Amino acid sequence: MSTSVLFDAPGPRGRVRNHLLTVISIVAVGAVLYGVYRGFDAKGQFEGRIWQPFLMWETWEFYIIPGLIGTLRAAAVAAVLALAFGAIFGLARLSDHAWIRVPAGVVVEVFRAIPLLLLIFFIFYLAPTVLGGGDYAFMAVVLGLTLYNGSVLAEVVRAGVNAVPKGQSEAAYAVGMRKNQVMRMVLLPQGVTAMMPAIVSQLVVLLKDTALGYIIAYVDLLNTGFKILPARFFGSLIPAAIVIGIIYVALNLALSYLATRLEQRSRRSRKTAAAPVVAPGSAEVGIAAGQGTEGGGLAPDRPLE
Amino acid sequence: MDELIKYAPDLGLGFLENVKLSVVAAVASLILGTILVAMRVSPTPVLRAAGTFYVNVVRNTPLTLVLAFSALGLSDQLGLVFSETPLTNSFWVVAMGLSAYTAAFVCEALRAGVNTVPMGQAEAARAIGLTFTQSLTMIILPQAFRAVIAPLGSVMIAMIKNTTVATAGGFLADAAAVMKITFDTTGASIPIFLGVVVAFMVLTMPVGFFAGWLQRRLAVAR
Repeated sequence: MSTSVLFDAPGPRGRVRNHLLTVISIVAVGAVLYGVYRGFDAKGQFEGRIWQPFLMWETWEFYIIPGLIGTLRAAAVAAVLALAFGAIFGLARLSDHAWIRVPAGVVVEVFRAIPLLLLIFFIFYLAPTVLGGGDYAFMAVVLGLTLYNGSVLAEVVRAGVNAVPKGQSEAAYAVGMRKNQVMRMVLLPQGVTAMMPAIVSQLVVLLKDTALGYIIAYVDLLNTGFKILPARFFGSLIPAAIVIGIIYVALNLALSYLATRLEQRSRRSRKTAAAPVVAPGSAEVGIAAGQGTEGGGLAPDRPLE
Repeated sequence: MDELIKYAPDLGLGFLENVKLSVVAAVASLILGTILVAMRVSPTPVLRAAGTFYVNVVRNTPLTLVLAFSALGLSDQLGLVFSETPLTNSFWVVAMGLSAYTAAFVCEALRAGVNTVPMGQAEAARAIGLTFTQSLTMIILPQAFRAVIAPLGSVMIAMIKNTTVATAGGFLADAAAVMKITFDTTGASIPIFLGVVVAFMVLTMPVGFFAGWLQRRLAVAR
């Protein structure tokens, strides 16, 4: 039986009721699935013909794999640039000098507030005017992703450094370290451990957002898999959506799994005094919100500490 | 600046569509998200699994794919039609896709909120004989909601910004699409870009402030 405290270990009547509920929900979920199945079947979505292309190596070789490479290339370049952007602006926001701190703060806040697609459109149209003719889809996607995710990562860096208890920097100053040594040798090494989970979750967001390139015709997985492939194999649109959907979900779940593992590790870690931070604007509730409540934690699949 | 003034009416109409999409998606995703979180903490394993599956799949799929699939797959191929007018139809298709996508994030935020409710609250609810549904609707969810108003605000802000992706769902009347069409004639225009961006900030910033204010005002005193 589940160990959730939301409901008692049921007695005889409760068990009957729960079994009944289980049966009803199985029927309900089954009915939904059957409805979807019937809808697909009525439109002939289960014909072997339209699924055939995905069994041919040619489809993978010419459409899916090149698209996947396009997605991963944009994501990798943008991730590296965004991390650099985040590190620079995050530390700049922590500067003691107002003339560094304030402009960095403005840049970070502005790029976080701009809808990413608008930014990508703007860069896409601005680049030819400034740099002359050419294909700027890749650049627009990468630069847009860098500016937006870099700004979010800057906030993560700032939160991570701030999450290190004050005593750490005070002790470092007391033993005679300079400002730069305190940051480099004491605050950052501990802060990075606290930041890791939030950084990886933000990379999941970045990877997902590469799909925006589809709108400006960047050759990514969504473009080759969902636009070019169904045009070549007529009628294969829905199988294509399902296949590339699975690829995206698998990629992101793998990254999310890494984030969860890192979070568990950094919570256990004795190398840092800082609690893990969450990305600003993410749906997660900060660890601080969970503290101070005695026992907290009701959701059944909450990881054990 | 002249360009912005010249195209402002078109852009304004486009932006109005974003506002409408935001309102529809906000209401629908909050309702759907609440249902999902109830499923995810329910005593029925089948419902828990179904909720978890939905959230994990939707949360890890790019919104662009969700919207493109809603438009080309569900609407064009499988015949899910809301209206005979193509533009109205694509509005509702996009609103549906955006709500389905945002609901997964609402569910995650609420579940984090459920985590902040102290164990003793649920135990006390059980001790006075409340059933699962009663303790969820009268004790747990009210406190969970109040703990996650600010994160829910962030989800809503992200959703408002995501309305620009409506283009991917074939809805070519929103501000992003209008801006793109305008850029086709004017080239990249900084005033137009800034105008649209400021419009979005005017929409998102009050949501953020309001959520923060509400969070402080309704904070559960413990």
